[in-house]
Amino acid sequence: MQRKALNKKDAIWLGFVALLALLPLAPVVAANSFHMHVVILILLFASMAQAWNIIGGYCGQVSFGHSVFFGIGAYGAGMAVVTYGVAPWPGILIGVLLAAAVAVVISYPCFKLSGHYFAIATFAIVEIFNRSFMVWDWVGGALGLDYPLVKEGLSNLMWYDTKTGYYYCVLILFLLVFGVVRWLEGHRFGYYMRAVREGQETAESLGVNSTAVKLAAMALSAALTALCGAFFAQYNLRVDTPMVMSLDMSMKFVLITVLGGSGTLVGPLLGAAVLIPLQEYTRAFWGGLGGGVDLIIFGLLIILMVVKQPAGMIGIFHAVRKRLIKRKNAGKGDSADDSP
Amino acid sequence: METFVQVLIDGMLNGMVYALVAAGLCLIWGVMDVINFAHGEFLMVAMYVSYWLGFLLNVDPLLSVVAAGVFIFILGAMTYQLIIRYTIGKPGLVALLATFGLAIFLKNFCMNRFSPNFLILTDTWLSDKTFQLGNLILPVPQLAAAIIALIVVGLIYTLINTTRFGWAIQATAMDRDAAELMGINTERIYLMVFGIGGACVGIAGGIMPSYLAVHPEVGSMFGLIAFICVAMGGFGSIPGALLAGLLVGSVEALAGFYIAPVFKYIAVFGLYLAVVFLRPKGILGW
Repeated sequence: MQRKALNKKDAIWLGFVALLALLPLAPVVAANSFHMHVVILILLFASMAQAWNIIGGYCGQVSFGHSVFFGIGAYGAGMAVVTYGVAPWPGILIGVLLAAAVAVVISYPCFKLSGHYFAIATFAIVEIFNRSFMVWDWVGGALGLDYPLVKEGLSNLMWYDTKTGYYYCVLILFLLVFGVVRWLEGHRFGYYMRAVREGQETAESLGVNSTAVKLAAMALSAALTALCGAFFAQYNLRVDTPMVMSLDMSMKFVLITVLGGSGTLVGPLLGAAVLIPLQEYTRAFWGGLGGGVDLIIFGLLIILMVVKQPAGMIGIFHAVRKRLIKRKNAGKGDSADDSP
Repeated sequence: METFVQVLIDGMLNGMVYALVAAGLCLIWGVMDVINFAHGEFLMVAMYVSYWLGFLLNVDPLLSVVAAGVFIFILGAMTYQLIIRYTIGKPGLVALLATFGLAIFLKNFCMNRFSPNFLILTDTWLSDKTFQLGNLILPVPQLAAAIIALIVVGLIYTLINTTRFGWAIQATAMDRDAAELMGINTERIYLMVFGIGGACVGIAGGIMPSYLAVHPEVGSMFGLIAFICVAMGGFGSIPGALLAGLLVGSVEALAGFYIAPVFKYIAVFGLYLAVVFLRPKGILGW
């Protein structure tokens, strides 16, 4: 049994690495810039969902507040370029640090709340930030920040001709976020997080400082989220509050992760790989009809997917694997260890 | 002082409607532990029902209330039968995300059918009428909405606490398996609870077109405020939701008047945070 579990993990891991090895070739394959756009969004939203997965999946604290950190990252980059006319890099750094600091400050009282009270508190925080930023002139208010035309290239993190530059940037972002989470999975801290998720009292009785674990996980998650937000701003060349710091954006973090399989390494990628093409291609095919036909279909598909596969896409793999093992065992004629 | 009382009363009239919307959510949440993210969209659909009845058939919102309530009862029951039923016993987020999909669907369906324009009924029985009470001026449409809301919340509370059906609901909320062993058809209870929760918001939405414009986004804010009210009052507590609704309505009106209109929701959400930081289980929760 031990051996089997190891094999499965190795197989998933191998497939994952093989996929990653192919990813740098994507710009060559996807000459069409719309497909390129979809691939970039998949990687970006997979990274965002993975950042959320740290606190929401592994640590079990369902936060609907991540668009706040995403927005802070986006505004950090946006204000450096638009307001101060410099390269986005210092803004990105400040945004990331600020997001982590804000995460600690607002999470500390919120972690005293349990279950639904915590979830609703994060809703409330998003709305407070959303409305404050809308009327705050220093950050651009309701008009938002529109990027000026500056020289393209890595120093300004901006490209106009092709999306290839963005692609390699988002690939690095993706590898960074997934690498961090992969590292966490095997690290002591990752075990602490899962212990807190499974039972806070039990974890505390074993000497885990659950508040510190949750705060650290939230800070890490927020910092990575802000990094994604900065990329999002650079990619869209525009920052405004409804786009980056809204409840709808917050829901995407949760939706993608849960759709893929929360608390698993590949879940966020699976979720993004399903949901983002769905969103983008329904928009491309039916968005032109006007009147939100694309979103009608999108909404129906979400219902269908969530109801049919509540354990996430990863659940499909587990089901297939179970069936394969069963068949193998039946072939061998020993189904003794097959009992549930 | 007079202005203060006037603003406070306006806020409380609104607050009673919030309480009714929240009571529906509270019932579903308390009994089934399901977060109905499409609750605000149910309200929006109810407003459209009432609007079109008024516009096409000249039915006054005061009468459409019944039709809207019944319509959303059916919509709620269908939502349970087609979606929620499959999410019971699964992690709590599953139902939330499914209803989030439903919310997107309903919002865009209404936008597609009825355009994103603001629609409002004019010349209803109550429109533009006011009621003078000393120096206070009460707008009659809001007053009627508040009274209807208060009556319905009272009825729901009585239903839950004094009838056999209500006891069955409470038993199901406490322990589904035990309730089933006692001969309660919990599947049917869930269906009815979702329907009644929908009917609450349907009645609230039915009366509103006489003073509030209908558009596809109108429900989102009401849905959020309903979440806040339910959590602030304490989950599953209908008196708590009523209290929280009144509090939220008052704070919203006062902050909007004395600080700035853009701050009214910041004040409301800030109030929620302040309340739960002091009482982590809400005002009447335990």
